[in-house]
Amino acid sequence: MTHAGGYVADSRIRAIEWLPWVLAVICFFAAPTYVPLGSYVLTMIIFALSLDLILGYGGIITLGHSAYFGAGAYAAGIFAARVTGEPLLGLLVGTLAAGLLGLITGLIILRTRGLALLMLTLAITSLCLEVANKATDWTGGADGLGGFTVQPILGLFKFDFLGKTAYLYCLVVLFLCWWLVRRLVYSPFGASLTGVRENNVRMHAVGAPVYQRLVISYTISAAMAGLGGALLTQTTQFVGLKVLGFELSGELMVMLILGGVGRIYGAFVGPLAYLVAQDYLAKQFPEYWYFGIGAMLVLVVMFARGGILGIIDALIARVRSRPS
Amino acid sequence: MSAALETRRLCKSFGALTVAEQIDFRLEPGARHALIGPNGAGKTTFVNMLTGRLAPTSGQILIGGEDITTLGQVARVKRGLGRTFQINTLFRNVSVVDNVAFAVAEREGVAWRMFLPASAYRDVLEESMALLDTLGLAADARLAVAGLPYGKQRLVEIAIALGLKPRVLLLDEPAAGVPTMESHRILEVLDALPKDIAILIIEHDMDLVFRFAQRITVLTQGAVLFEGTPAEIAADKHVREVYLGERHV
Repeated sequence: MTHAGGYVADSRIRAIEWLPWVLAVICFFAAPTYVPLGSYVLTMIIFALSLDLILGYGGIITLGHSAYFGAGAYAAGIFAARVTGEPLLGLLVGTLAAGLLGLITGLIILRTRGLALLMLTLAITSLCLEVANKATDWTGGADGLGGFTVQPILGLFKFDFLGKTAYLYCLVVLFLCWWLVRRLVYSPFGASLTGVRENNVRMHAVGAPVYQRLVISYTISAAMAGLGGALLTQTTQFVGLKVLGFELSGELMVMLILGGVGRIYGAFVGPLAYLVAQDYLAKQFPEYWYFGIGAMLVLVVMFARGGILGIIDALIARVRSRPS
Repeated sequence: MSAALETRRLCKSFGALTVAEQIDFRLEPGARHALIGPNGAGKTTFVNMLTGRLAPTSGQILIGGEDITTLGQVARVKRGLGRTFQINTLFRNVSVVDNVAFAVAEREGVAWRMFLPASAYRDVLEESMALLDTLGLAADARLAVAGLPYGKQRLVEIAIALGLKPRVLLLDEPAAGVPTMESHRILEVLDALPKDIAILIIEHDMDLVFRFAQRITVLTQGAVLFEGTPAEIAADKHVREVYLGERHV
């Protein structure tokens, strides 16, 4: 099943769609030492979901999505340092800040397409990075922003040393994001984004306000990326310039392609595969681990354009078509 | 009664090159009108000005008597102007019925809805299916467009435009690229189109033009050379010379 959605799609949640959540809970109990890595994976899944919405559905190719992740991360960090360490308010501030940035930048850059758009997304990330680098009073510049405390969630659940609260916090937020993205993707709005991706010219010809649709989807996506960033800030209690880097945008793109673009669950599988492989390879081959990541990507791009989920689809199709 | 579509002294030039010169054109409500002309006559430019992809240098375009010269593509579609493309311009990796449903949803104004699933809008789906049924595409509704034979893709091209329930329909070479054996199917579909739609067809296939159109406008070098009934066109010596060729007599 690629590119879910449309007017004939059955939007009910299938049994298999509960699998990630069951696995996430099992991991929490079965592998306590991996819980901090797990929180990071969950955060990156949120980030990847936000990218999938505009890349997989809207067809907007961007290498600057870390601008919004970083904006959310810094907004949440500055809010915690200057106003209050209340985590849910912090998430809201991070989300709104990134959404606003997404709206303003989207209004400008979405007038272009293709390579010009790609360059502009890069430019925006670079601008944001430079602002964060220079505004040391607010952001701590190259030293990063730390030393703020995040209060217990709802005044009840304290962030603990082992990162268990953080993991469950990320899981709940991810669940809400997944639910939202799923709603969007199956909605008429999501279908119209598919239309824009499939054929921009025709979408204009059927009277769709293509630019407005793209701006709105871009804003939603940016807000969700910012939510992911804010979550990272709160769970690690630190923000560094890395969250605004072009490398992070590139990494995110790799993760999503690895998992499979435009199918919601590619955003789950990709970050998991990438970060677990990274963790494993970095331990086994501390000097060459990037080679393994590179090889993985080359293989996927050459032999499995649909990513890991595409491979699974092909296998299932083969089993089904085999005469019994 | 005002024309369904009208142009007044419509001009377009790119620098010194004039591609449309003082085109006065009327498409009556419910008309079956063909626009013909040799390659480079300015047919595509004319259509692009009608749909709003290209701004005219001077002159006016009116739909149902309303001046729409400065309006964009989307606003013109909302006023009942639909079009098909000479080269298939479809949502290729999407099912046939979704191709039509995208258009129906835009017309119905549901395409902004974000909360309920698209499949909850039964009326959009039912209307799209009914439309496909009239075009003989019901059996292919759930297949991806990319997998259809070319002739059927040409029909989907028309189906999308009909999903807009246009008052004026511009058909840009609907039979282009379709083998002669299958082009009768296109003609059947064209003949069965609702009589209240005013249709302007741009076509090279003269058999199709003469069977379909009640009026024909001949365009050469950006200007209207002649306008009349098919019989008048066939009888006009001048038109034969520039366009039809002697063998067509």
